[in-house]
Amino acid sequence: MTATGIGAAVRRKEDIRFITGKGQYTDDVVRPGETRAVFVRSPHAHAKIKRIDTAEAARMPGVVAILTGADLANDKIGNLICGWMIHSKDGSPMKMAPHPAIASGKVNHVGDAVAVVIAETRAQGRDAADKVKVDYEELPAVADPAKAQAKDAPQIHADIPNNTIYQWSLGDEKAVGDAFRGAKHVTRLDIVNNRLVPNAIEPRAALAEYDAGTDNLTLWNTSQNPHVARLVISAFVGIAPEHKLRVIAPDVGGGFGSKIFIYPEEVVCLWAARKTGRPVKWTAERSEAFLTDAHGRDHVTHAEMAFDGDGKILALRAKTIANLGAYMSTFSSSIPTYLYATLLSGQYGIPQIYCEVDAVYTNTVPVDAYRGAGRPEATFVVERLVEVGAREMGLDPADLRKRNFIKQFPHQTPVIMAYDAGDYNASLKKAMELADVKGFGKRKRDSARHGKLRGLGYSTYIEACGIAPSQAVGSLGAGVGLWESAEVRVNPTGSVEVLTGSHAHGQGHETTFAQLVSERLGIPFENISVLHGDTDKVQFGMGTYGSRSGAVGMSAIAQALDKVIAKAKKVAAFMMEASEGDIEFKDGKFTVAGTDKSAAWDDVALNAYIAHKFTGAELEPGLKETSFYDPTNFTFPAGCHICEVEVDSETGRTEIVNWTAVDDFGTVINPMIVEGQVHGGIAQGVGQALLEGAVYDKDGQLVSGSFMDYSMPRAHDLPSFKLGLTETKSPSNPLGIKGCGEAGAIAAPAAVINAITDAIGTEQISMPATAQTVWSALQRANAARQAAE
Amino acid sequence: MAMTMTGEVQLPAAKETVWAMLNDANVLKACIPGCEELDKLSDTEFKAVAVSKIGPVKARFKGNVHLTDLDPPNGYKISGEGDGGVAGFAKGGATVSLADKDGGTLLTYNVEAQIGGKLAQLGQRLVNGAAKKMADDFFANFAKAVSGG
Repeated sequence: MTATGIGAAVRRKEDIRFITGKGQYTDDVVRPGETRAVFVRSPHAHAKIKRIDTAEAARMPGVVAILTGADLANDKIGNLICGWMIHSKDGSPMKMAPHPAIASGKVNHVGDAVAVVIAETRAQGRDAADKVKVDYEELPAVADPAKAQAKDAPQIHADIPNNTIYQWSLGDEKAVGDAFRGAKHVTRLDIVNNRLVPNAIEPRAALAEYDAGTDNLTLWNTSQNPHVARLVISAFVGIAPEHKLRVIAPDVGGGFGSKIFIYPEEVVCLWAARKTGRPVKWTAERSEAFLTDAHGRDHVTHAEMAFDGDGKILALRAKTIANLGAYMSTFSSSIPTYLYATLLSGQYGIPQIYCEVDAVYTNTVPVDAYRGAGRPEATFVVERLVEVGAREMGLDPADLRKRNFIKQFPHQTPVIMAYDAGDYNASLKKAMELADVKGFGKRKRDSARHGKLRGLGYSTYIEACGIAPSQAVGSLGAGVGLWESAEVRVNPTGSVEVLTGSHAHGQGHETTFAQLVSERLGIPFENISVLHGDTDKVQFGMGTYGSRSGAVGMSAIAQALDKVIAKAKKVAAFMMEASEGDIEFKDGKFTVAGTDKSAAWDDVALNAYIAHKFTGAELEPGLKETSFYDPTNFTFPAGCHICEVEVDSETGRTEIVNWTAVDDFGTVINPMIVEGQVHGGIAQGVGQALLEGAVYDKDGQLVSGSFMDYSMPRAHDLPSFKLGLTETKSPSNPLGIKGCGEAGAIAAPAAVINAITDAIGTEQISMPATAQTVWSALQRANAARQAAE
Repeated sequence: MAMTMTGEVQLPAAKETVWAMLNDANVLKACIPGCEELDKLSDTEFKAVAVSKIGPVKARFKGNVHLTDLDPPNGYKISGEGDGGVAGFAKGGATVSLADKDGGTLLTYNVEAQIGGKLAQLGQRLVNGAAKKMADDFFANFAKAVSGG
């Protein structure tokens, strides 16, 4: 390992500009003559738009234009789309309702845009927006996914009865039924996976500019995948042909999935920029973000696990209702299906699994991928069932896990995934040592002396990352391949520019990608720059989500580097008048085998461009290679998190006193960055378990719509984490990387709830497990105990 | 989101007097906190503009007020809806009943209200307190008006 190569804890290049306020975010980009877009949004969850009167607003100072859904339709701007086709179990395709960027005729959630004011300043836009008069005729609304399919529930979209988008299933229902009939013990749980608001630190923003001279449109936006945004906005929404639209996603301050999707606001900015001939900027306010960023999770599940007399799992069965909100967001259909049910085998050899998922429309903000995306929901189901099953059968939860761990690889699960490598015992064992599970009994007694209930909870999670092999996802309905691209440009002086289709929004790609190049080419880390996020500069790429940038994005870079080295060897052969086959490349130096002849990297790079030693007929001048890498399988990061809590028996307040995480991410490029990813992931998972909840009232009003009511995790909510790593390399990509971005958020909620339920002695608890929730559960448990006595 | 509120207030006047004042737009306008306009459209319908501040949300609500279930002089139902523009909306009603008590009149009210939009998003935690205060202020003003103050 070199000081800046693979495995080195190199400090992040990008932090200098972020920490000193030199980052360039979308809102920092200012174009001459730019205007501001302010949206008029529905205060109703469900209503007919009877009339929109913009006359008074249009006379307000600074107003450039006021546009409505009718204008959008007149200009034949297409709807936003969901790009993953899911078929119901009866074979019928999912029912996707039209999603115009501005509502027309009817609003379907609080925050649905009904008009946009384009004004000289934001303040003028807001004043004018206040004067846009909208007459609504209120309709009954439904927000709860469990009630959306009821006969008396209001139907949100025409021709979509029971608000049901699809009724999907995976697995062999009959075989699972047979296994349950033969079971010695069955564990049953009703689970609500609470709805979350992503809350990236940088709110979403968009700035669009039209150049009448070239007929080109440029969009700066907060996107995790600018090329996909360009493709959808061009091919489906029809704003401009792809080659006439440039999308730039500059520095982006966190995404967690919520910035993957193509949103109404960026479409409206582009459309309005061409219409008015002025650049149009929109930056979400935080309260607007609560009402318009795609939310996460929101599952209602009944799950059952069947065991034999030895605690071996025989089968798992789950029925889930997934809330997709008022419209289908870009990838919403795939999250509760192929990113959820396919992970229900966990780390266990489960012979039979059957899962049914109903996706429903409700009068709420659309729901889509959020850090982990389906996999946290699956892990929560599996890890709660295993833990509760062990407790019911009087078995040690760690022992029960060990009995059921998959030990042979590759392992084909009954739910599509084929795990290719892992060592689940190793991570469990290491985590138990780090967490001092042996000393837990004593710690529990000590806590009891202080009136505290101590509990310990495991989560031995698995996830499918490195998303994804194109053929696999294509066969499951994805509208796009999920390969990644890279271009490596070697300059005549030997410095290197990497153009990647991945997109960084906090992950540290400028550092880790440079580490790979430094290691492979043996050149200084400082001589490498990484470019991303501009469709005019970078070749088509798929972007960053699903912990894919290492496993897929870096693999593309590795392939391009192989090509660069192969070409450079040819140049070196001409330079040293040797046969190409005798050229060896190591530590930035080309040598002729068996001689003392050598050429430095920089000299070879220069010679590739001056081309004095070879003719164009023998070898093309230049040193630049492109690669498109398509993975052969998903990767399967896995590990064991152990959470230890103390619950105050009087107040129900939970304190996380210890957290141990041992993860197997395959090859680690930068352990410091990996630790940071794990820390952040656990914090978000703890947020879901203890604090966060997007709550709608029965009328569809979001009542936890600001940081006054929506509680984000803070430093004091978290202990100092004990982290460890085990390593089995992924055989599915050239670097052996598995991915680490989502692990913490996937593992954490089950570990927390398993710990709390261990402490308080009842399994009946919902997330977020606030002090009030835990206190109420304690009261119910005490009452039940007294009734039994 | 919905909320409910009940209360009663003892007024030093005869039931008929209280009833008349409850139907007098000028009295109501003076008593409703933040009321800027209250114009009588008919015996049972008013047009109203009121400014209200709940937590961080301040808005001018415009809307109509209707009187229904009239049972002179024993009570009515007063209901209305207000559009606060970008602040959202508020709507609801109160059943008001009057009874002779201790030489005066006991007024009992039963409020049901609903808010939506930014008011619900940002102000919901504060709405019950704010509504209670508005009701208290209204009846304190009304009691003063009834007492001839």
